Amino acid sequence: MANFDLELDASGLNCPLPILRAKKSLATLESGQVLRIIATDPGSVKDFQAFAKQTGNELIESHEDGGKFYFLIRKS
Amino acid sequence: MSEKKLAIIATKGTLDWAYPPFILASTAAALGYETQIFFTFYGLQLLKKKLDLKVTSIGNPGMPMPMPMPVLVQALPGMEAMMTSMMKAKMKSKGVAPLEELRELCIEAEVKMVACQMTVDLFDMSTDAFIDGIEYGGAATFFEFAGESDICLFI
Repeated sequence: MANFDLELDASGLNCPLPILRAKKSLATLESGQVLRIIATDPGSVKDFQAFAKQTGNELIESHEDGGKFYFLIRKS
Repeated sequence: MSEKKLAIIATKGTLDWAYPPFILASTAAALGYETQIFFTFYGLQLLKKKLDLKVTSIGNPGMPMPMPMPVLVQALPGMEAMMTSMMKAKMKSKGVAPLEELRELCIEAEVKMVACQMTVDLFDMSTDAFIDGIEYGGAATFFEFAGESDICLFI
């Protein structure tokens, strides 16, 4: 597991809340720092790819474990 | 990268149809879009300080029902209130944001909201009933922004 600077638990939240909360959390980080997001919304897998692509923040990791989805995003 | 622009016209005033404009606007803002919503006719209900939106199955055969129900039964007094509370309970259980929260997120993200002045006059609506920070304008006001937009949606 890679290191991260901040963790956001978006479990139980549905579209578009995980993305909106992630955006807010990223705003508190410095460039290069990493945000870890935990979500249960299956739609968030594609959504975080799209979010990263459009905002220029890098999606370092995306994986599922026991019904939860984990994402690592590095702030651009 | 220059900022993309999203223009939305919100025309519906029911609980279900209130979601698309606020979901798309808040998400677009998070993605870096400059976003504006023009609220006209029944869409103005989405700007009320106290949101009191309802959902109805009348005239909406696509709405999933817990059990088959003849239209005349759906029209009985109290059914609309019952369906609205059932819908809200379902949304809550699935982690769908309350409308108030989505609207607040839009405001925080500086989504510009414009109320149709003509509709406000037509229905004798009081501007006191609307949230603060909105603007009032007409069709030309809408086109000023929409004409420069990358995406324009009528909802």
